[in-house]
Amino acid sequence: MTATKLNLKDRYRLLTRDLDWEYSYQNRKDVFPMEEFEGIKITDWSKWEDPFRLTMDAYWKYQAEKEKKLYAIFDAFAQNNGQQNVKDARYVNAIKLFLTGVSPLEYQAYNGFAHVGRQFGGVGARVACQMQSLDELRHVQTQIHAMSHYNKHFDGFQDFAHMHDRVWYLSVPKSFFDDARSAGPFEFMVAIGFSFEYVLTNLLFVPFMSGAAYNGDMATVTFGFSAQSDEARHMTLGLEIIKFLLEQHPDNVPIVQRWINKWFWRGTRMLALVSMMMDYMLPNRVMSWKEAWEVYFEEAGGALFKDLARYGIEMPAYAGTAIAEKEHLSHQTWSIFYNYTHAAAFHTWMPDEREMDWLSEKYPNTFDKYYRPRFEHWREMERAGERFYNPTLPMLCQTCQIPMGFTEMNDPTLVSYRQSVYKGERFNFCSDGCKDIFDHEPEKYVQSWLPVHQIYQGNCGGADVETVLKDYYKMNLGVDNMDYRGSPDEQRWKQWHNLQSAEDKLKKAS
Amino acid sequence: MSKVYIALQDNEESHYIVEAIEEDNPDATVIYQPAMIRIENEGFLAVKRETVEEKMGRDWEVQALHVNLITLGGNVDETDDALTLTWNQ
Amino acid sequence: MTIEIKTATLSTIRNTYEHTRRRFGDKPASRYQEASYDIAPENNFHYRPLWEPEKFLNDKTRTAIVMEDWYVYKDPRQFYYGTYVQARAKLQEVAEANYSFFAKRKLADGLSDEIKEHVTRCLLPLRHMELAANMNNLSGCAYGTATVLTQAFLYNGMDRLGIAQYLSRIGLLLDGNSGASLATAKDYWMTDPVWQGVRRYAENSLVVRDWFELFVAQNVVMDTLVYDLFYRQYDKKLSAEGGADIAMLTEFMQEWYRDSCRWVDSVLKTTAAESDANRELLVQWVDAYREKAAVDLAPVAEIAAGEDAMAEALAALDKRLQKSGVISRAAAA
Repeated sequence: MTATKLNLKDRYRLLTRDLDWEYSYQNRKDVFPMEEFEGIKITDWSKWEDPFRLTMDAYWKYQAEKEKKLYAIFDAFAQNNGQQNVKDARYVNAIKLFLTGVSPLEYQAYNGFAHVGRQFGGVGARVACQMQSLDELRHVQTQIHAMSHYNKHFDGFQDFAHMHDRVWYLSVPKSFFDDARSAGPFEFMVAIGFSFEYVLTNLLFVPFMSGAAYNGDMATVTFGFSAQSDEARHMTLGLEIIKFLLEQHPDNVPIVQRWINKWFWRGTRMLALVSMMMDYMLPNRVMSWKEAWEVYFEEAGGALFKDLARYGIEMPAYAGTAIAEKEHLSHQTWSIFYNYTHAAAFHTWMPDEREMDWLSEKYPNTFDKYYRPRFEHWREMERAGERFYNPTLPMLCQTCQIPMGFTEMNDPTLVSYRQSVYKGERFNFCSDGCKDIFDHEPEKYVQSWLPVHQIYQGNCGGADVETVLKDYYKMNLGVDNMDYRGSPDEQRWKQWHNLQSAEDKLKKAS
Repeated sequence: MSKVYIALQDNEESHYIVEAIEEDNPDATVIYQPAMIRIENEGFLAVKRETVEEKMGRDWEVQALHVNLITLGGNVDETDDALTLTWNQ
Repeated sequence: MTIEIKTATLSTIRNTYEHTRRRFGDKPASRYQEASYDIAPENNFHYRPLWEPEKFLNDKTRTAIVMEDWYVYKDPRQFYYGTYVQARAKLQEVAEANYSFFAKRKLADGLSDEIKEHVTRCLLPLRHMELAANMNNLSGCAYGTATVLTQAFLYNGMDRLGIAQYLSRIGLLLDGNSGASLATAKDYWMTDPVWQGVRRYAENSLVVRDWFELFVAQNVVMDTLVYDLFYRQYDKKLSAEGGADIAMLTEFMQEWYRDSCRWVDSVLKTTAAESDANRELLVQWVDAYREKAAVDLAPVAEIAAGEDAMAEALAALDKRLQKSGVISRAAAA
């Protein structure tokens, strides 16, 4: 008998789709009980197309190849003390924020995709989600391993998982993913698979990782790009699921559009952290946040939404606001963190003259007008030995949980406040986008575990901020927090490079 | 028409792939950035197995592209012979 | 002298992350430890899941098993993602070589129609059972507690998908890639009376909500019996009856099962050792599922591997349970 050659598509059908069967002894609805409550209508799962048609043998083979390369570099990095080769130690604070803020999200994605990888009734979509779950586990674990060496030489990495569950600014990413995972399976896919993976994560992984390379961080660029090689699969899964939902039933279109609006805004708010990483925390800059936003959201996202227009899908609501914010976002976010660095597990600083000039050049419409004068004033205070820290606890947005510090786009000197009343109680928001999200599902967002409220209510182990930071957050005070200048990180860095600050020299001389 | 794009890690193997893409998509733009190579084109881009094999001088499976892939934009179709990216609009 | 200073200043300021230091002491931790212990979210969840409002995300009460510390488990294989995929890639490479050898030498042509038909009826329908096993292990991953367990569930779940795919490829080798043998095998799975028990067991498992109970139903009871029946006993019988070449195609499953047993046994043992309540619960589950599986598998066991096959497989299960400190009352009786 001569075997005919099977093409990828037929082979995938026989090896994956055909494994499923019609149940006789149980009701399908009891096996997949979560498919209907969101109002999404699926008439035929067999219409689902997985574009990559990856079988497990190929998955093991190629992923093992990626892992082999990756760990060879981690080993070499540690053996050669690669941490010395970063441009300067301020950079390391960006990856502290990465490990404490982003890596735990990879963990949540691992959980979330396992959940939908069990719950979807279509075997093709289910299996694709399972592979993504496995990839996400890869990402969190490779990130922990990549940072493991940094953790041995810098402060602030050491308790990332503990901190992620507690620290005020980490509740921004944590609540984002908790929100997605506590939603139904289809909303989770639109939230994470589509809005986050397809529309927004490029902004985190591509220009930032390229930046890591440009700042001599071999470990991060390696895990970053290696993770991205899975991301191409994830993005495509996100796009396929959206197309599938839109093609299955016209009633799905308005539901999906509302989810896109919500998750675009939720994601944009979370990426505020990335904007400041790019503009302020990379000593060697590849591109500004604004430029990255233009390439990866306006251009790539624009093309995407143009393509989806045939289904009746429009650009996300508040995309206009987000586009206007590209001129301000990183500066306002960095200001917030500069103000509250005494309560953060990473260091901030004021940009030096050369860096300010770069920001002026990249943000000709806004930086000199609104931000440079303020930053120069803070720098003066610092020189006078009065580095500014804001001693009050900030009010947080009920939805995105970022301290109220973003401004109106038509008046960048006016902080934007919105309010809603639900069951007689008043709730505060940073923007129309966040208020809309709350107003649609108030019963969900009244549950938000707002770190500042929790401190005031005595749920974080003490009434004074210092006790909370030290005992509840497990921060090493005076070590993990405060300005980069004068930090132990800075001292060690100078020792490695035989750099002495003028102060030290003076002390020695006397 | 919008641009589709693909980005690859900047390494030896990718250079052959980029060469093949350039040959098969003469209008594509190749942009070198730190540690990565980004290739974009109006509406359509194809990575063809046969051309990559010719450049590398050995067998190569389309699925092996994922080892060096960083990101892409466009509707994907992957077969034994090619990976294609398209925007309908 | 300068070299000495340089070495001194480059010395590490800590040996490992705090989560591993608290658990294993102040010394360098292994990659398995850093990436497996205490990294799952545990506190301050923001919203109740819409799909299960009475619980939190990552809720520890999605099983009746109670552990004071869910991180007392340790995967004896110390699999984190990197070690897992590399171990599977090795098995995959051997399997690939075997499958291409089988195809290239046209070994299917040397098998009698009778053998082919027997394999189609007795072995290929298991690809559907493997899909159920895939889903049940995903439940363990999605609803279980502690990365030391949940990651192993995911590895196991993906392995089962891989095995279902290898079984499908056996069919394709037998039918010259037409898919006819797979269609016939699916027919057996759907309508052949000897398979209906197994299919019922699989479908019933898919509605079980307690993930640890599922682990017992699938990974302990069903898998022990199925792997003994089909990949040991049936394999032996095939070899004796002129189907030895098929064994080349099930090597992956045999190797995988040995590997998986190490993990499954350690989970059983640790859970039973935790408390009498846990042990009692495990015994109840084991008894219930052992009884069902014995009935459900018996018809196909007999046509595949003979009259005594079921008894032999049950003996293998009981031996395994005894070693793990979970003694089935049915076996003891």
